[in-house]
Amino acid sequence: MLSHAIDIALALLGVSLALALVRLMRGPDVTDRILALDTLYVNSAAMLVLYGLRLGADRYYEAALLIAMLGFTTTVVLSKFLTRGDVIE
Amino acid sequence: MEAATLLDWIVAALVLVGAAFSLIGSLGLLRMPDIFTRLHGPSKATTIGIGSILVASALYMSFRGPGLSLHEFMISLFIAITTPVASHLLAKAARHRRLPGAEGWSADGDQPRNR
Repeated sequence: MLSHAIDIALALLGVSLALALVRLMRGPDVTDRILALDTLYVNSAAMLVLYGLRLGADRYYEAALLIAMLGFTTTVVLSKFLTRGDVIE
Repeated sequence: MEAATLLDWIVAALVLVGAAFSLIGSLGLLRMPDIFTRLHGPSKATTIGIGSILVASALYMSFRGPGLSLHEFMISLFIAITTPVASHLLAKAARHRRLPGAEGWSADGDQPRNR
C-alpha cells in the first residue's frame, strides 16, 4: 500500500516539475526563470527523498541536502547579480 | 502488525499531502499573473510540501531503520530558513528591475525609503 502511495506522490511531483519547467521556458522576465529554477531545485530534492523512501535506502539524504544548498546559493547569487550588477562587492 | 499498518497509513498520508502541496505550489507558479504573486506559490506551498515529505521519511526510517533517524530534519530546517531569504532577494530584484504588477500596479509609484 505504501509503495503505491509513494508512486502516486512521485507522479504528482513529476507533474509539478513539468509545470515549473513550462514557467522556466515561458517566463517573461529573468526573475521568473530564476524562481522556476528554485522551484525545480526544491522539488527535485523532495523527489530524491521520496525515491530513497521508496527503496528503503538511507543514502539519498545527502544528495537532497546538497541539491537544496546549491539551489539556495544559486538563487541568492543570481538575485544579487540582478540587483547590484555584481556578486561580491 | 497493527502498529506497522498504522505507520504505513500515516506515512502514506504525509507523503501524499506533501506531493499535493508541491503540485499546488507549482500550479500557482504557472498560473499567477505577475512575478510578485508568482512568488507566493513556490515559497510557501513547496516549503510545506517538502517538510511533510521529510517528516514522513523521518517517521518511516525511525521505525523501520536501525535507529532514530533525525537527519531529515536538517534538510527541513535548512529549507525553512533559506526559502524566505531567497524569496525576499528575488522580490527585491524584481522591484529593482521595475517589473509591472497585475492590475496596473507599477513599481514607479512609491520608492523604497532607504536606497
